[in-house]
Amino acid sequence: MARITVQEAIEQALAEEMSLDANVLLMGEGVATKRPGLVQAFGGERVRNTPLAEGIIAGTAAGAAAMGLRPVIDLLFAPFLCYAMDELVNSAGKLRYLSGGQFEFPLVALAMTGAGWGVGAQHNHNVEAWFAHAPGLKLVMPSTVADFKGLLKSAIRDPNPVLFFVDIALAYAAGEVPEGEVLVPIGRAATRREGEDLTLISYAKTVDACLRAAETLAGEGISAEVIDLRSIKPLDEAAILASVRKTGRAIVVHEASRTCGVGAEVAALVAEHAFDALKAPVLRLTGPDAPTPASYPLEQAFVPQAEAVVAAARRLVR
Amino acid sequence: MGIRLYDERPEALLEAMLLIRAYEEKAAALQAESGTPGTCTAVGQEAAAVGVVAALGADELILTNHRSAGHLLARGADPGRLLAEVMGRRGGYCKGKSGSLHVSARELGVVLTSTIVGGELALATGVALAQKQLRRPGAVVCFFGDGAACEGRFHESLNLAALWGLPVLYVCENNEWQAFVHRRETMLAEGIAGWAGNYGIDHATVDGNDVEQVRAVATAALESVRGRGRPFLLEARTYRLRGHFEPDDQAYVDADELAAWRARDPLPRMEARLLASGRCDAAAITAMKAAVAAQVAAAHAFAIDSPYPALEELTTDVYA
Repeated sequence: MARITVQEAIEQALAEEMSLDANVLLMGEGVATKRPGLVQAFGGERVRNTPLAEGIIAGTAAGAAAMGLRPVIDLLFAPFLCYAMDELVNSAGKLRYLSGGQFEFPLVALAMTGAGWGVGAQHNHNVEAWFAHAPGLKLVMPSTVADFKGLLKSAIRDPNPVLFFVDIALAYAAGEVPEGEVLVPIGRAATRREGEDLTLISYAKTVDACLRAAETLAGEGISAEVIDLRSIKPLDEAAILASVRKTGRAIVVHEASRTCGVGAEVAALVAEHAFDALKAPVLRLTGPDAPTPASYPLEQAFVPQAEAVVAAARRLVR
Repeated sequence: MGIRLYDERPEALLEAMLLIRAYEEKAAALQAESGTPGTCTAVGQEAAAVGVVAALGADELILTNHRSAGHLLARGADPGRLLAEVMGRRGGYCKGKSGSLHVSARELGVVLTSTIVGGELALATGVALAQKQLRRPGAVVCFFGDGAACEGRFHESLNLAALWGLPVLYVCENNEWQAFVHRRETMLAEGIAGWAGNYGIDHATVDGNDVEQVRAVATAALESVRGRGRPFLLEARTYRLRGHFEPDDQAYVDADELAAWRARDPLPRMEARLLASGRCDAAAITAMKAAVAAQVAAAHAFAIDSPYPALEELTTDVYA
């Protein structure tokens, strides 16, 4: 298996899908500048620098998708999706339904999110729950290099609009990617570690905190299962429920703020469908309900750390 | 019914305008009489819709907004299916899921009706990009109002279309009203067309209540879009004779202004011109009006006979 970074995995996925389907194109501010290899391979028509105007980029993608192209747009930082929200939510997400199924919107919107670069709250805001609440959209947030590649390939082939969030802290992480064409299905969680006593449910960079926590807990005789959701929408409800039924305890861990976040959804799901299996309440470990600070120590404090997961797990099991 | 293509006959323009007027007055009457969902009409703007659509070929695509009935009917939409859509019936163009505000009809080349004001401008560049990149013939016509021209997306759309050489005919139906606010309260400029010049986009302003003039200017503009592969902005100066959304008593409208525009109503104007030119006599026009009335009556009968969608349809068509 080859060892590459997340950025390289994204470029490999783009290159492979652009080779397979002439209708795939990449648009965004600086995409042609930053990915000269793709321009060389596929030409300026298919790798387009755009003005710094997220709304028209997303609207253009929606219109183009409806008429048969498969655009991938890079909107840079997740908070910038505010400018593209109308086009993503009101157009790409709703117009298939409103048209009675006359049109499809096969587009992918990439954006970086999460703490790690000290860029402050207007460049760093975990907004995934906003979009999970909007009908017609799909939403993925991988944690491993192989998943970045395999999920991006699936997202490009998906006939629906997919938001693809890249956790900034993972953008240059390296990892192994299988040889050949490997698709990771959207809507399927991955069990990163098997366990018996509790389930740690997470996505993106906090999966690593959960894995490190599980390692520590194992030393104390507590066996933690770690589920990486990978897809926020659709959510792999079966995987979550099967694991919680097995362990009887769950902690949901994510960096986005707590109120109405993905953790609330997972906790409610478990309460509705696996209440009888629960030996303790479902806990949530999340970022605070505050804008992200720029100062590095404060920014790191924003992110649920392995120690906090361990402490919560001890409380839950004992 | 499919895409309607127009020959040179000016009578066809009057006939299309009469159908739109009769349809919209019926929709407004149904709202008043029987609580049918309200609509945003474009009564008074028929010449802009018909004049532009009559200039289109079969390959052209249309994006429109909440005042779309005129564009759809001019393009050949079945008034029965359109009214059924307004009434939320299964026989509508979008199975009753759109209602009056977001009607699209792929078979007519009417795509992606957006009622977020300006949303259609954001999508038009993408539709045009697909036309260009997939080497398909046909320009993209994007109808919007003076209200949308005050949105940031108008400027973003024109800039990108000019930059990328996209085949878009932007048609601003400047009807003086932005929902309940007069245009004079929201912009200093007298018109929209001049703004296009700043983006390097050719533009023209036309009397939007003169259907023949609109068709002539739109034909030339489309030739420019197709020939040069560049966008063009056509501003049609017209007036919204009814309110924003039915019911609307228009108490906020200056009576003198309304009267002045009523005197310029595009339908009697075209009727008088046809009579004066000898192309039609009074009997022919009476017959035309009777035929249109019968068409609208049949449309209403079709719409009320069409069932509501099955409740299982509530969650279909969300994902492909």
